[in-house]
Amino acid sequence: MGIVWFLLLALGLAAAMAGGDVEGFTKGALDGAGGAVTLAIGLVGMLALWSGLLRIAQEAGLTALLARAVAPLMRRLFPEVPKDHPAIAAMTLNMAANALGLGNAATPIGLDAMEKLQTLNQRRDTATDAMVLFLVINASSVQIVPATVVALRAAGGAAAPADVVGPTLLATLVSTVVGIAAAKILAPLWPQRAPALGVEP
Amino acid sequence: MEILLGLLDAISRWAIPVFLVGVPAVALARGVKIYPAFIEGAKDGLQVGLRIVPYLVAILAAVGAFRGAGAMDRFAAWLEPLLDPLGVPASVLPLFLVRPLSGSGATGLLAELIRSEGPDSLAARIGAVVNGSTETTFYVLAVYFGAIGITRYRHAIPAALAAEAAGIVASIVVVRLVFGG
Repeated sequence: MGIVWFLLLALGLAAAMAGGDVEGFTKGALDGAGGAVTLAIGLVGMLALWSGLLRIAQEAGLTALLARAVAPLMRRLFPEVPKDHPAIAAMTLNMAANALGLGNAATPIGLDAMEKLQTLNQRRDTATDAMVLFLVINASSVQIVPATVVALRAAGGAAAPADVVGPTLLATLVSTVVGIAAAKILAPLWPQRAPALGVEP
Repeated sequence: MEILLGLLDAISRWAIPVFLVGVPAVALARGVKIYPAFIEGAKDGLQVGLRIVPYLVAILAAVGAFRGAGAMDRFAAWLEPLLDPLGVPASVLPLFLVRPLSGSGATGLLAELIRSEGPDSLAARIGAVVNGSTETTFYVLAVYFGAIGITRYRHAIPAALAAEAAGIVASIVVVRLVFGG
């Protein structure tokens, strides 16, 4: 990650020097940093609300119920996570919320799942295969209705604002399948017990 | 299709209210002490929220500098001659590049495409499908790994970007097939 981070900054500076916008570089960095805190503050309240509700659902045994329903699929995707581990329930819930387009609910549940995956991790600063796969599934967005996009198209006067829903579903399926395949194929190339000077991105 | 869409719309509007009331209701019936349980969970949520701040600052500042300096526009100008023969309108290109970095940025670009080329243009349709079928990868990385203090991402970035690229290619192909052009 360090390299990607540095590349973004270095390429930005290079573009600024090659006739780009130097003030824009500075302003972009400062606005980005300020925006990050604003974003986090907005996120904190949401996280607290959903985490609280999630705890209630857990104590009532509701999350375990959902997890049992999709257990066979999860076992194939995450063979290294024990089937009764709480991480499975949290990941299942997160994917269900994402599919329904409840991004606000999905993020706190997803973070809860990450914490549970971390309890299975031997090296606390290094991502496990299960974490990467879970993250890639999240980053490839398995959303059934892209609500924001449909709303934007409606506002712009589209003849049938929702006519992109079908194509979107197809595209998102392709991206998720490719993401899962890539995570599985690439995992051995970045072994978890890599030496300190490895090929870490 | 109409009925299905109506149903999906109803689910997305009602799911959260039903969840907010339904979960405590079932828990109460099962004898859970719901108020202390909520407070305990909310405390955890608060801590997670604070823990991700430094990760978000790092990525959003770098992305801000990259875009502010004009590096994004330059990149788009370089890629344009490559995409033109594939029948991809050059005007959607910035959206492809911004999508993994900034959700609000990509939404802004889509709104601009819809305004300037019309909502039913090929460019705006491709943009809409890309926006709906992919995620803000770097934000997801920063938040999810930041919450548990992971700094070695291993294959997460290449795998997530492969998914993103596949989503973009699939969007172009499907939109061209379904809507022509």
